[in-house]
Amino acid sequence: MQTMKLESLTQSIGEWLRGTGPESDIVMSSRVRLARNLPQYPFVSRASEQDRADIERFLRERIAMAPVGKSLESIDVGGLEEIDRQFLVERQLISREHADAQGARSVAIDQLEQVSLMINEEDHLRIQCIHSGLDLRGVWEQIKVVDEQIEQVVPYAFHPRFGYLTACPTNVGTGIRVSVMLHLPALVITRQIDKVFRSLHKISLAVRGLYGEGSQAMGDFYQISNQTTLGKSEEELVEQVGDVVPVLIDYERRAREFLVRETEQNVHDQVSRAYGILRTAQTISAEETMQLLSRVRMGVLLGLIGDVKIADINSLLIRTQPAHLQKLRGVELDTKDRNIERARYLRQHFEAGGQNVN
Amino acid sequence: MKCQQCEKQAVFHITELETGSVRELHLCEDHARVYLNQAEGSGGPAEDAEGSGAAPGGAGSLNAGLGVGQTADELAVLDQKACDMCGITFFEFRNQGRLGCPHDYVQFAKELEPLIANIHGATEHTGRRPSRSKQLAGDAAGDAAGDAAADGTGELTGVIGLRHEMKEAIACEDYEKAKENRDAIRAIEDRWIPTDRPERQE
Repeated sequence: MQTMKLESLTQSIGEWLRGTGPESDIVMSSRVRLARNLPQYPFVSRASEQDRADIERFLRERIAMAPVGKSLESIDVGGLEEIDRQFLVERQLISREHADAQGARSVAIDQLEQVSLMINEEDHLRIQCIHSGLDLRGVWEQIKVVDEQIEQVVPYAFHPRFGYLTACPTNVGTGIRVSVMLHLPALVITRQIDKVFRSLHKISLAVRGLYGEGSQAMGDFYQISNQTTLGKSEEELVEQVGDVVPVLIDYERRAREFLVRETEQNVHDQVSRAYGILRTAQTISAEETMQLLSRVRMGVLLGLIGDVKIADINSLLIRTQPAHLQKLRGVELDTKDRNIERARYLRQHFEAGGQNVN
Repeated sequence: MKCQQCEKQAVFHITELETGSVRELHLCEDHARVYLNQAEGSGGPAEDAEGSGAAPGGAGSLNAGLGVGQTADELAVLDQKACDMCGITFFEFRNQGRLGCPHDYVQFAKELEPLIANIHGATEHTGRRPSRSKQLAGDAAGDAAGDAAADGTGELTGVIGLRHEMKEAIACEDYEKAKENRDAIRAIEDRWIPTDRPERQE
C-alpha cells in the first residue's frame, strides 16, 4: 500500500458521480458497507490514544498483506487539514464522523474510488464498496471478496449467535448497510415523496438525504438503506433494498412523464430558470447550486434542455462542493468568497460549453 | 427515585397487571407519555425504528428496549454491572449507545438480547461466518473446539483485560507480573493471529 496525494483526485469525479451504469438517470450509485472489529481491542469510542494508534497500524499493515492491499493507497486522515478531510467526505470516500473523529485514523482507497476502507471510524474497520448506477449485486460480489481476503489476515470479532460484533447493537450480525442513492426530483415536485418514504419505513428501510444522516436531502438526492442487520443473510438484505429500487424508479419515471404531459410549460419554465440562474449568478451557495443542478439534470433527461450532458452536471455537482471548489482554485476561501468563486466557476463552465436552452 | 429510562426524577409509578405477573414502572413525565402512548396505540416496538439505522446518538431508541419490565431496583443493579475486559458499565452503555468492547456481547448477553430483538426483530445471526477462524481453530491443537471459542474471539477479547492488568502492574512496578501478562498476551495472539504472510489460496 502506498500513500496518496489528494491533488491527483481533483481531476476525476469519483465513482458515485460517474453517471454511468444501469438506470443511471435515476440511480446515482449503489453502495454496500461492512462493519468489522478486532476482538483484541476495545471499540473505538473506548480505545485509548495508544490503542487507536495500534489498531490503525495493525489493520493497515495486515490489509497490505492481502491481495486487495496491492491496489490500495492509504491516506492518513488524522494528519489531514480540515479542508482535505471535507474533500474526502464530498467524494464519499470517508464519512462525516470519520472526518470529525479524534486520534489515529486512516482510509485506504483503490484507484477507481470504488473500494474504501475506513480505519477507526465508529468500528475498527468499515469496508465500503460503491458502483455508479444500479448494481447492488456487483457491489456485493466485490465487497465479499475484499472482506474474505482481509479475513485471511485479520481476526474479526464474531459471536456464534450475534454474528459480527459492532460498537453499536444496531449494526450487529451481518454489519451490512446496503444503500442506493436516487435522484427523485419529479417525486419532490409532485409532492409524492413523503408518501413514498412512509411506505419505505413500513418495510423497515431508512431514507436519508445526500451525505448521510441528519442532513437535509440536498438537490433531491435520497439514500435508501436497510435498517436491520441481524436475522437475515447478507444476500437477503441486499435483495431487500434491491427489490424496492425498480418500484421507486417506476414511480419517478411516471411522475416525470406526468410533469411533461400535464404541466410541460411549467416544468420547462422551472428548469430554464434554474439553468439561467446557474449561468448568470454572481454569488451562489452550495445548497442553491445543488438544488438548481438537480432541476437542470431533470430538464436534460426530459429533453427540455439540449447540449448539456448528464456527466457534465454530475461533475459540477461535485466540483461546486466547498472543499472541491477550494482545491480546484488552489486557495482557501471563506463562505462569502466561496459563493462568489462558485458563481464564477459555473459561469465559466457554461460559457465554455456554449450551451443554449431550447 | 430515578426514571428507569433516563436521569430525570420518576414521577409516574405505574403498576401493570399482566397474566400471572405484576410489573412496576417508574418513569419521568416524558417517558411515561411515551410508554402510555405505546400501550394505547398500535405502535409496537417495530414503530420505534427511528434512529436505529447508522444514526449516531441512538441511545434514545436503544433505551426503548430496556427498562420496561424491570423494576427501578433491578435496573439500578444492572446499571452497576461492568465488563470484565473493558470495564464499561451497563449504565455508561445506556447513556452513550455504544458498547465498550466485543466481550460486552458475552458479558451483557442476557441484557442485550431484548434490546437486539427490539432493534432487529431477531436475535440469531444467519449470515456469513468467518471461514479462516474455523480452520485455525481446527489446526490449533484442537483445544479450542468449543463453539464459542471456535473463532478465537473469546480468547482474543481476553487480551483487552490482560493489557489493562499489564499497565497496572507496570504502574505498581510489579515487573514480574507485567512480564507474565505480556507473555500471556503474546501466546494468545500467536495462536490466533498468523505472523507470516498467508498462504495463497488456489
